[in-house]
Amino acid sequence: MRSEAGKGLSLVSPTLTYALLLLAAPLLMIVAFSFWTQNFLTIDRTFTLDNYREALTDPLYRELMLRSLKISGAVTFFTVLLAFPIAYFISFHVRPDRKSLWLFLITIPFWTSYLIRVFLWCVILAFDGPVNGTLMGLGIIDQPLGWILYNANAVIITLAHAFAPFAILPIFVSLEKIDRSLLEAARDLGESRAMTFLRVTLPLAMPGVLAAILIVFIPTVGDYVTPRLVGGSGGTMISNMIYAQIFDLNDRPMGATLAVCAMALVGTVAVGLIVVTRRWTGPRG
Amino acid sequence: MNGLRAYAVVYLVFLYAPIVLLPLFAFNDGTIIAFPLQGFTTRWFVDLFNTPALHEATLNSLIIAVSVAILSTILGLFAARAASRYSFPGKGGIIGFIMLPLVLPEVIVAISLLLVLMQLGLDTGTWSIIAGHTLICTPFAIAILQGSFANMDRSLEEASVDLGETPWSTFRLITLPLVMPGIVASLLICFTISLDEFIIAFFLSGNEPTLPVYLWGQLRFPARLPVVMALGTILVVLSVLLLVTAEMFRRRGLRRTGQKDTGGFL
Repeated sequence: MRSEAGKGLSLVSPTLTYALLLLAAPLLMIVAFSFWTQNFLTIDRTFTLDNYREALTDPLYRELMLRSLKISGAVTFFTVLLAFPIAYFISFHVRPDRKSLWLFLITIPFWTSYLIRVFLWCVILAFDGPVNGTLMGLGIIDQPLGWILYNANAVIITLAHAFAPFAILPIFVSLEKIDRSLLEAARDLGESRAMTFLRVTLPLAMPGVLAAILIVFIPTVGDYVTPRLVGGSGGTMISNMIYAQIFDLNDRPMGATLAVCAMALVGTVAVGLIVVTRRWTGPRG
Repeated sequence: MNGLRAYAVVYLVFLYAPIVLLPLFAFNDGTIIAFPLQGFTTRWFVDLFNTPALHEATLNSLIIAVSVAILSTILGLFAARAASRYSFPGKGGIIGFIMLPLVLPEVIVAISLLLVLMQLGLDTGTWSIIAGHTLICTPFAIAILQGSFANMDRSLEEASVDLGETPWSTFRLITLPLVMPGIVASLLICFTISLDEFIIAFFLSGNEPTLPVYLWGQLRFPARLPVVMALGTILVVLSVLLLVTAEMFRRRGLRRTGQKDTGGFL
């Protein structure tokens, strides 16, 4: 009989092989491409750092990188901030047998056509759309708000909507793990409701909050559809540039370089966040 | 408490706003997607049936989604079984790497596959979309199946082996029936993800568009928008039906293994 470890490894090997062939190898290929150059249709495989020099010095690329980071940062901030109360509500105030229904209700919109959802935000936020219509009807504003469509704000609203379940679920899971007797103990020892929340619940929920932050931040940096549909020219992000380099400008090495830069940037921010928040999320005695 | 509940309701309205608007415009008798509504019509749905390009795209998408559902669920079964039953060196790293597409921006996955195909001189098309979708769906399959395997009482398998069944017949007679609801849920979820995925399909479709790629092309023509809304309505209804079915199977699986329900997918 084979060993436990051998059985496990051979069982996981088909899936692992697939991931190595279709994920690891292609990712290495992007890195390789980023050191090459292209002349019309021929790829020049001489090693060069020119692409990186251009990517880091060209003001347009730098602007797009920074903007992608800023937009994703804002999306992450609002998404997690808005999601926390929902996760808290479901975990603490919904009857146990109703919890999965609530979670199901929250995940349904996420599974429906992404393209169409994004496009409908164009309609909702439009000049003559329901948001402006309602606000004007209520007399809150005199003329349609121009700053809610075809700019970075529209991208933030739309992405905050698209990634809501990604933020709610990890926070919910960490809230569910909290031993309720700790909260009772805090109250018995004379802490107010608010202080119990701040000093017991919130710190214990931090691993979930961090997971939510990462799970929203990382994919949104690379979003293509939302900036393209609702972003206008002021909401263009790095993926749109990567696409343009590869398909419109026919400069695959530059597209690859920008992709590597974006991954490096996201990776650095993510690792930085994990390190900085370790004292709140690490194991405690 | 009441404040929180009110907030939760407002939040649900925010989440459902786009989906609720969809059928309004799909049945609206006007070519402009804006308020006020014009009156009731079903002609946009009739239009759908008279668009051959749409039928080709739908067929393409269905072929891709079915293949992806089967492939990712098989790959997911291997990994989920290995992860929940055995301990082996480098387990965390290996599983983490397989789950990576869950957080990796899809654009990165898409261009890396595209560059490899171009470099190998291969044509993009349906098969390359299947390959790409399988990569991103496998982590979802693993997440669902791992739940099923983890909930299973291992002593059932041990009892079967003790009573003289071979490992293979134990798997077929005991393990498979117990995780079957998880398998069905995984098939349905992977099908839904693949059917809806746009970026990878957009980069790799060549001249064989999938449904979302076809939709993307239509968004440029204002006159086609009501038809897009009609198509979107059908897709949403279909997705919701698939999800409800998947959720029912997942719950049945939990009951079968005697577990209490702890929440939804993911």
